[in-house]
Amino acid sequence: MRVPADWYLILALILFVLGGTGLLVRRNVLVMFMCVELMLNAVDLTFVTFARTLNDLGGQAAVFFVLVVAAAEVVVGLGIIVAIFRRRADATADDVHILKG
Amino acid sequence: MSAGTWALTGPRLVAAVGVLAYNGAHNPHAEHLALGADWAVYLVGAGLILAGALGVILLRNPVHCALFLVITLFGVALEFVDESADFLAAVQIIVYAGAIVILFLFVIMFLGVDRKDRIAEEPLPAQRPLAFALGLAVLILVLVLAGFGTWSTGAHSLSGALRSVHGPADDVGRLGQTIYTRFLLPFEMTSALLVISIVAAVVLARSRHRVAGEMSEAEQAALRDADRARSPQRADGGPGTPTSGAPGGGRQDAEVEG
Repeated sequence: MRVPADWYLILALILFVLGGTGLLVRRNVLVMFMCVELMLNAVDLTFVTFARTLNDLGGQAAVFFVLVVAAAEVVVGLGIIVAIFRRRADATADDVHILKG
Repeated sequence: MSAGTWALTGPRLVAAVGVLAYNGAHNPHAEHLALGADWAVYLVGAGLILAGALGVILLRNPVHCALFLVITLFGVALEFVDESADFLAAVQIIVYAGAIVILFLFVIMFLGVDRKDRIAEEPLPAQRPLAFALGLAVLILVLVLAGFGTWSTGAHSLSGALRSVHGPADDVGRLGQTIYTRFLLPFEMTSALLVISIVAAVVLARSRHRVAGEMSEAEQAALRDADRARSPQRADGGPGTPTSGAPGGGRQDAEVEG
């Protein structure tokens, strides 16, 4: 038999929590971005799992769109990070308070 | 069977080796693997995902984090294969592991971030235990919630059935059909989104100061006038064309350095 959906969902949950914890713990902006990718992948996993469980293609289509949005997000986010690093050689998330006027 | 199909079923076969034989290779409608092979693929994928995620969180060198992110993404692709989302598994590897992580690595190398990441310093002392507590709380919360009810709600097959009654889905064809019919508007909007993000990336990555060659005639004239007004002694050199670009260039360098 196939692996029950619960196992995939628990795996996705653990991955989501790991990503969220990393997002809170790490202060390097790039690593924080990677943690966001982890969380997105966890959600992708639940989408695919529900697509299989409910026999509904909508879940897989949603993952498709999440992929596109993630790519766009990474492009813009990394552009912003490059712009920040150009101003300050050592940018962690805490240093963004220099944005204050 | 095309080469792509075999490339996708390859991980399954590899994972099934040593557990049980793959008994459906000769039958195009055989979707289910042998008993236990599904679990093997699941466990291998889960191990990759968790190891990669822990690596991303715990390692202090961003380059290592990016490489462990690849491991996680590959594990997720493996789970996609296990759930017979073959197209998404391929796209996962091509787009995520192939493009996005390369982008990450490019930026890391470009900026030289890998030199230092002060993970030992902690300006907010409560941040780290609080983060672990929150993560643990979410984990327990969802597990408790999962203990109560069923996982899923809602009507089935809102946007087309994943599997026909006769056999497994022709995944790519069905997904394409769904995206180009039911999800046509979101699909077109993603193209707009991609164009916007490309323009945004170009705007962000470009230097704030443009060289004189990129400006229009009016802008160059305005810049010259401004320079002349600021430093009248430099205008004594004459308004000839050879000197016209020099004040702008000098000003640019000064601003970039400052």
